[in-house]
Amino acid sequence: MLTLTHFLILSMVLFCIGLTGVLSRRNIIIVLMSLELVFNSANISLAAFSYYLQSLNGTVFVIFSITIAAAEVAVGLAILVAVYRRRKTVYVDELNAMRG
Amino acid sequence: MVNFAWLIPALPLCGAIANGLAGNRIGKPAVGLIGCLTIALSFLGSVVIFANLIALPPANRVIEMDLFSWITSGLFQINFSFLIDPLSVLMALIVTGVGFLIHVYSIGYMHADRAYWRYFSFLNLFVFFMLMLVMSADYLVMYLGWEGVGLCSYLLIGFWYEKKSASDAGKKAFIVNRIGDFGFILGIFLLIWTMADQGVYSLRFETVFKNAQHLEPARLTVITMLLFMGAVGKSAQFPLHVWLPDAMEGPTPVSALIHAATMVTAGIYMVARNSVLFSLAPITGEVVAGIGILTAFFAATIGLVQNDIKRVLAYSTISQLGYMFVAVGVGAYSAGIFHLMTHAFFKALLFLGAGSVIHAMAGDQDMRHMGGLYPHMKITAVTFILGAVAIAGVPPFSGFWSKDEILWETFKAGHYFIWALGLLTAFLTAFYIFRQVFMVFAGQIRSDEHTRQHLHESANVMTIPLIVLAVLALVGGLVGIPFFKGGSPLHAYLSPVFESGAQSLIHAPQGSSAGHGSLEFLLMGLSVAVGLAGVLLAALFYFEPFKTKAPAFLNPDIIGQKFKTIQTLMVNKYYVDEIYDAMVVNPIKRLSQYCFSFDLSVIDGIVNGAGWFLRLAAWLSHKFDIYIVDGAVNSLATLIDFNSGYWRRIQSGFLQNYALIFVIGLLVMLGSVLLYTAPY
Repeated sequence: MLTLTHFLILSMVLFCIGLTGVLSRRNIIIVLMSLELVFNSANISLAAFSYYLQSLNGTVFVIFSITIAAAEVAVGLAILVAVYRRRKTVYVDELNAMRG
Repeated sequence: MVNFAWLIPALPLCGAIANGLAGNRIGKPAVGLIGCLTIALSFLGSVVIFANLIALPPANRVIEMDLFSWITSGLFQINFSFLIDPLSVLMALIVTGVGFLIHVYSIGYMHADRAYWRYFSFLNLFVFFMLMLVMSADYLVMYLGWEGVGLCSYLLIGFWYEKKSASDAGKKAFIVNRIGDFGFILGIFLLIWTMADQGVYSLRFETVFKNAQHLEPARLTVITMLLFMGAVGKSAQFPLHVWLPDAMEGPTPVSALIHAATMVTAGIYMVARNSVLFSLAPITGEVVAGIGILTAFFAATIGLVQNDIKRVLAYSTISQLGYMFVAVGVGAYSAGIFHLMTHAFFKALLFLGAGSVIHAMAGDQDMRHMGGLYPHMKITAVTFILGAVAIAGVPPFSGFWSKDEILWETFKAGHYFIWALGLLTAFLTAFYIFRQVFMVFAGQIRSDEHTRQHLHESANVMTIPLIVLAVLALVGGLVGIPFFKGGSPLHAYLSPVFESGAQSLIHAPQGSSAGHGSLEFLLMGLSVAVGLAGVLLAALFYFEPFKTKAPAFLNPDIIGQKFKTIQTLMVNKYYVDEIYDAMVVNPIKRLSQYCFSFDLSVIDGIVNGAGWFLRLAAWLSHKFDIYIVDGAVNSLATLIDFNSGYWRRIQSGFLQNYALIFVIGLLVMLGSVLLYTAPY
């Protein structure tokens, strides 16, 4: 029997994996992919709560969130291509032009 | 026709402006043409006005014309006005007539000068101002002309300003004239004041003369004395005569026009114009006659021993002007004007003749280098001798008639001492002028070989004016001879101007026609004898054929040895210049030295001290700025810079650092929320 707690533990695990990826990987594509994990962990919690509370609010939120994530990826990858063309690198630690 | 009289002065002004503005571009012939033509037209205009005036009945011969209102101040008004009367027209004729001849002569005399246009411009300007002087109907307009001729005199004396002596002479003439002009303007001020007391607010001659009888005699005496002071300066009378001999530094035609024929006679004209006032102030009349005869005698004695051809003529001019002042001083105004006219002819002739000689001598003016010039320049010599005969007072030449009339009027007025001194001066005049004639034209030439080869008669443009002037010097006196029915024509012509003055004069002569008795003929004979004696003595001294026959004691060198003191005195012009230097010039120079050192030490010290103080204040302010104001700003900036050095390290540029930081922040916030809000 799957309970709400199982979903929340899955969401937390996915969040932690995503966060670790975001914080630790050098390749910016991996970072973006990890970011998607973080997104989706939040989506899983929203969907779980929606089911548990028998309310459509959470589901609607999830659909909006996925839509925005798709748009974000499109923009993010476009910026990524532009950055690569200019700097010839996709490593986050080399993109430090804003250093003070 | 009379309405166009303003053209007479306007034409020379146009000429002066045209030559002054465009003269250096239009070439010498055009400059000369403009200069002479404007004066010629002025002369023609004067002749026309004269003819018109003669046609009028004598009582109507005074015409006043207002051109425009010049100065208006309350009730006081001065119009720019012309006075057309016998005296002013006669003066205009002399000025433009003699002026025209001298302009023509100048074409030849100045032909090599590079400032030819400047010369003609100044000369035309002078004629303009002189005409303003003689044709004005108002004291202030007259003063305008008076100052204007002084200016032109200064400009023309210093014409060759590269020469130090010429520019100094110009300044001297201007400054000495200024002393006289100061008296003149004070006289005008006092006149305004006095007339205003009477309720008359005008400086018109006519108005002033009409009200002159009501004026206080003492005040009138002061006014006329001040006016006479102006005349003394302008007409180079003692003690303000010192500028005229130095004025010979100018070009010779200038000496002829300004310093012989016209400007220096402005003083006589002015006294004659004010005959009404001077007649009412008999004390001034005595002073005028006294100064006149003193100057006449004193200048003639200096003239005896001068060796510069122009300086002899300069002292002669001063002396002859003295005669004219004697005439106007004793109330014989028309005799003074008569002598003014004849003197304008023969002295202009003598100066132009001297100019011709100087031209031939290549600029040498020392008579000791001349001699024997007669065969080389016959026209100049003959005309010069005619002029000399005229000034020496030999009948029937013009100078005789006018000089004799002055002496006769003086004798008639009872001034026997002045008459005697005048007669003696006539003797001296005849002597010094023939000394000059013999030294220049007779005997052997004393110049060097180079000059001797250069000797030549001047060009026609110079000799023709000489001939015309010689004719005038010969016949010009005929208008004033007393043998016509009803007295001399000149006297009758001028009588509308002088009648009112002569009537109120205490020592009035008895009118023109009176007293041609045997006494007058006796005195006339005496002055002829005196003149001839002067000529004879000069011949015995300086003319070879006579010199050899002369008794031994009549030798200039022996006499000079015997009266060494007097001779030294005369050669040094009675040390008047030296006295002025010692009494006026040097004290003023010393005073200016003191003022200069006062300036240097005290005034400059104050200024420099203020400057030094300001510099100190500025230095302090600068230091305050640097250390306090800038220090505050800079230390703040340094502080911020120092701090930001630490803080900037946060801004690593690593995206993941930032992400880590806000994850940590998130955890802290979450932790704290859980810690403080959880019920368990």
